[in-house]
Amino acid sequence: MAEQERKQTRRTDAPREQDTVEAAEAKVGEQLTDRIDDLLDEIDSVLEENAEEFVKNYVQKGGQ
Amino acid sequence: MTEGFVPAVLGTETEFGITIRNQPDFNPVLASSLVINSYAGSSSRIAWSFDEESPGRDARGFGWDPAPPGEFESGLVNVVLGNGARFYVDHAHPEYSTPECIDAREAALHDKAGELVMARAAGAAEMVLPTDQTLFVYKNNSDGKGNSYGSHENYLVPRAVPFGDLVRHLTGFFVSRQIFTGAGKVGAENGRPPADYQITQRADFFEEEVGLETTLKRPIINTRDEPHADPSRYRRLHVIIGDANLSEVQTLMKLGVTSLMLAAIEAGTVGDPVILADPVDAVWRISHDPTLRRTVRLTDGSEVTALDLQWHYLEWITKHVESNGADDAARASLEEWSAVLADLERDPVSTADRLDWTAKLAMIEAYRERDGLSWLDPKLRMLDLQYHDVHPVRSLYHRLVKSGRMRRLFTDDEVRRAAIEPPEGTRAWFRGRCVEKYGDAIVAANWDSLVFDAGEDALRRVPMMEPLRGTRALTADLLDRSPLAADLIDALEGDVRR
Repeated sequence: MAEQERKQTRRTDAPREQDTVEAAEAKVGEQLTDRIDDLLDEIDSVLEENAEEFVKNYVQKGGQ
Repeated sequence: MTEGFVPAVLGTETEFGITIRNQPDFNPVLASSLVINSYAGSSSRIAWSFDEESPGRDARGFGWDPAPPGEFESGLVNVVLGNGARFYVDHAHPEYSTPECIDAREAALHDKAGELVMARAAGAAEMVLPTDQTLFVYKNNSDGKGNSYGSHENYLVPRAVPFGDLVRHLTGFFVSRQIFTGAGKVGAENGRPPADYQITQRADFFEEEVGLETTLKRPIINTRDEPHADPSRYRRLHVIIGDANLSEVQTLMKLGVTSLMLAAIEAGTVGDPVILADPVDAVWRISHDPTLRRTVRLTDGSEVTALDLQWHYLEWITKHVESNGADDAARASLEEWSAVLADLERDPVSTADRLDWTAKLAMIEAYRERDGLSWLDPKLRMLDLQYHDVHPVRSLYHRLVKSGRMRRLFTDDEVRRAAIEPPEGTRAWFRGRCVEKYGDAIVAANWDSLVFDAGEDALRRVPMMEPLRGTRALTADLLDRSPLAADLIDALEGDVRR
């Protein structure tokens, strides 16, 4: 229901105002992308280097 | 708490994956034993007694089913911890069983404490390995090559509840709850059709509707009926269709909502059962569709999504709680459940702050986008596996938490305390405190008894058949008054004589 209300609010927004909102959203989007890039870099620094061989050798028998 | 509400007893048991890099003769049983024996808290060598264990007992009332020999494999190393937990080698895995807990929040906390115990034990074990070898322990459920290991939930259920009622109502619930209990997996296995990414680790391994097995032909409803309590009053529902979760919110929801389903079935507040035409087929079909749009057929011919089914159960449970009440943890899990269903319906990835499967998916998708990787790239399987590493630095789950992307329920202090202190509201308190205080005098322990060698002629067995006794309130004074095990035995025997 909240979804519908939000859509309606958007539709009645004045165009100029909506542009501002979208510009602001784009900026937030950029910041999120920056942060996800930082996170991915951090993951790179701890991720097992030889992924292919490690994954191939990971075999677990005898589980419930 | 509403009057008349009976507290449930619950807990989890988790088999962890294990491997050692650069060890040519790696043996998982020896490696698991090394992990358990290396744990600092496991200095007391108390044998686990299998006297009261009967994994072959069947809840359907068939009596004693002859189980395959593997079912009775006792494991080589068994330790009882001061928090009342059991820490041991089961088959070829290190395993942690939480102590008996009184509500879903406490059980989720002790489930998390199990990760800490495992991480500390693995760290200690690595110290005795050659420096070029590294020990890895994973809280996941599959090696991606057709081998699965379990994460089981246990719920104490009154014997008066007919097992048939549990089967009828829980099958549809378990098949559809995957959408909020899954830990996510790259690929498919065990003969299921290929998938890039699926919701759960375990779905590919369910091949029967109801059965006693846990290692092959795994059933949606497991019938192991081994209550570790008075069997005339209780059964234990042994739930094997679930993933090990890293997300604390998710563990709370999984345990709390399932407890509420059991309470509603017991109270008779559920409606007519929703019967799937082919539940086994539905398990993997639902898991293989991260968009949550796929439908499964009911016996009346209608087609429903897993979300449809979950909304239906939510309606029952909400009504049940309105009329019968629930404890605070169950209410909290009900709120989380209702919110997560709405978010899953709107956009599954919006739940990446609290569900392992969407958190992992969002991370993998970001990685794929940055590096232009296909779904077949081994790096994605590595990301999947390493999400579950219990090592605090290597764990990608921990990275997501530290970066503020995933919510927690517990503080580090709470988790550290739960790794040491038993829950206060069950017999786990008595077990844990006795192990802590009289460890040298305890020769054997299990869920429902302790055996003491108090320096007298005969060993003394203290039965603990009632999980809701042996609490702090009932036994703290007794333990305070008993400096030695012999004093405790005298006091208990005095109580019996009186």
